[in-house]
Amino acid sequence: MTGPLRIGFIPLVDAAALIVAVDKGFAAAEGLDVTLVREVSWSNVRDKLNIGLFDAAHLLAPVAIASSLGIGHVKVPIVAPFSLGVNGNAITVTPALHAELMAHLDGDRFDPMATALALARVVAARRKAGAEPLTFGMTFPFSTHNYQLRFWMAAGGVDPDEDVRLVVLPPPYMVESIASGHVDAFCVGAPWNSIAVDLGIGHILHFVSDVLVRAAEKVLAVRQSWADKKPDALAALVRACARAADFIEQNHEDAARILAQPDRIGVDAEVLKRTLDGRLKISPDGTFRDSPRYLLVGREGAARPEKIQAAWLYAQMVRWGQTPLSSEALSTAMGVFRPDIYDAALGTQGQARDAAIGAFAGPPFAADDVVGHLKSFKIGRWTA
Amino acid sequence: MSAEQSPKIVIVDESPIRAAILEEGLREAGFTGVVHVSEMQGLLARIYALDPDVIVIDLENPSRDVLEQMFQVSRAVRRPIAMFVDQSDAASIQASVEAGVSAYIVDGLKKERIKPILDLCISRFNAFSKLQDELERTKSALEDRKVIDRAKGILMKMKGFTEEEAYVLLRSTAMREKKKIGEIAQSILTASEMLK
Repeated sequence: MTGPLRIGFIPLVDAAALIVAVDKGFAAAEGLDVTLVREVSWSNVRDKLNIGLFDAAHLLAPVAIASSLGIGHVKVPIVAPFSLGVNGNAITVTPALHAELMAHLDGDRFDPMATALALARVVAARRKAGAEPLTFGMTFPFSTHNYQLRFWMAAGGVDPDEDVRLVVLPPPYMVESIASGHVDAFCVGAPWNSIAVDLGIGHILHFVSDVLVRAAEKVLAVRQSWADKKPDALAALVRACARAADFIEQNHEDAARILAQPDRIGVDAEVLKRTLDGRLKISPDGTFRDSPRYLLVGREGAARPEKIQAAWLYAQMVRWGQTPLSSEALSTAMGVFRPDIYDAALGTQGQARDAAIGAFAGPPFAADDVVGHLKSFKIGRWTA
Repeated sequence: MSAEQSPKIVIVDESPIRAAILEEGLREAGFTGVVHVSEMQGLLARIYALDPDVIVIDLENPSRDVLEQMFQVSRAVRRPIAMFVDQSDAASIQASVEAGVSAYIVDGLKKERIKPILDLCISRFNAFSKLQDELERTKSALEDRKVIDRAKGILMKMKGFTEEEAYVLLRSTAMREKKKIGEIAQSILTASEMLK
């Protein structure tokens, strides 16, 4: 049906559907001959997808949008017909910052408004004492991690560009950076938060699902031109990923074993299973926390790329000054997410569940009122 | 930077040999301000301290994402940096990605001044990987020869062949089965191991 496909991925748990689709034979069953290529940076994944060295890729949802809009880089229209993961990130802080936050906390420690306000107090206290600003690590300028950290701290009155430092760190360097004191906190996907906790050098402060009930994280991305040329291969790829996502949700243990292979994620299967189970050790003292919303791979309609998610991500790019607001750009951004291709490939119709963002602060997000969203927050760098 | 001065180039590469090859090439071409950075911790701070006009990084380096931050206009960024591509430069990005190298330039530096630098990086990176391939090939050729010698020895012992006859049998079998002589020799070693 189609020639061999090369698909790039970054070793993170939300590449699971893609990895299992290949390693468990779902892709072959669809007549696809897929080679997965492990990559070391999002820049590489983006460039190799853009120039055609990859047919498809596991990609940060905001990168797919930025690429289609030509923000910060060459403009290459991207299509995302499948959502590889919803949520899955966490905010991890050093034991020292955790103690400071808890000392300033007024409310429940899992309430993101309470922790954001505590952060504002810590920032003020540090400024008064003449201490260096806190440094937060995240994975890429166009990443959910960047926007999630900013959304959370800004709600408490912390300006992410003025009051703290936000720096990009490759996920494999996160743990090392928190250990060496280069960063005080980071927002990253699995398994890196758990690894920091296991090493006794980090506390998981929040699952990102505390901040946003439903946040598109990674997508299956292909070039628009590729999607136009190979609709059958694309539909087959979507079906293979969908079957893999179902398999993963029903077989966490088997899935974790597949993902643990050295040429895939290459991390202990037990740690990977914790992520899939949504049962994470959050503190070096052994405290566990469960959340049914920690990482969704396919369940609750998570695999369907909902346009409202693309709109929210675009709104964050505007809010933080990465691109000016334009209704044309908004509609291009929303056009990147293709639930129609998903529905056609799988014979589904319409969205399965409420796809609302469900942020802990601000009014409910509506794709047709990005200005209203932006105006509802005091802190931001947007221009109309 | 004045128009006539040699631009300051920072090479971010964890491979000291490749960085040396590239640095030498750049110096030969008259680019005198070349600094090699091999330590990835605190990379951004280091780069700001060096204040380069051009940054070259290998694509196997996860720290490439760190450099992408310099496209941004946030406070963490002092000088905006752009990738050496614009919408019309698909060919140059293709060549550089395939060679395994990427270049970032400070906004405002003229494209025609950067092009020779990037071309040089691409050719040196390609030369380096060719060198590596050759090393690999030499290594595997050596391995093959050892395996063939051992297989010949087994054939001579078991079938009373001369060395010449043993080799002829290996070669004709390889031709018939459309395999490499080394592969046939390896299967003889494996079989004799099993039949021991």
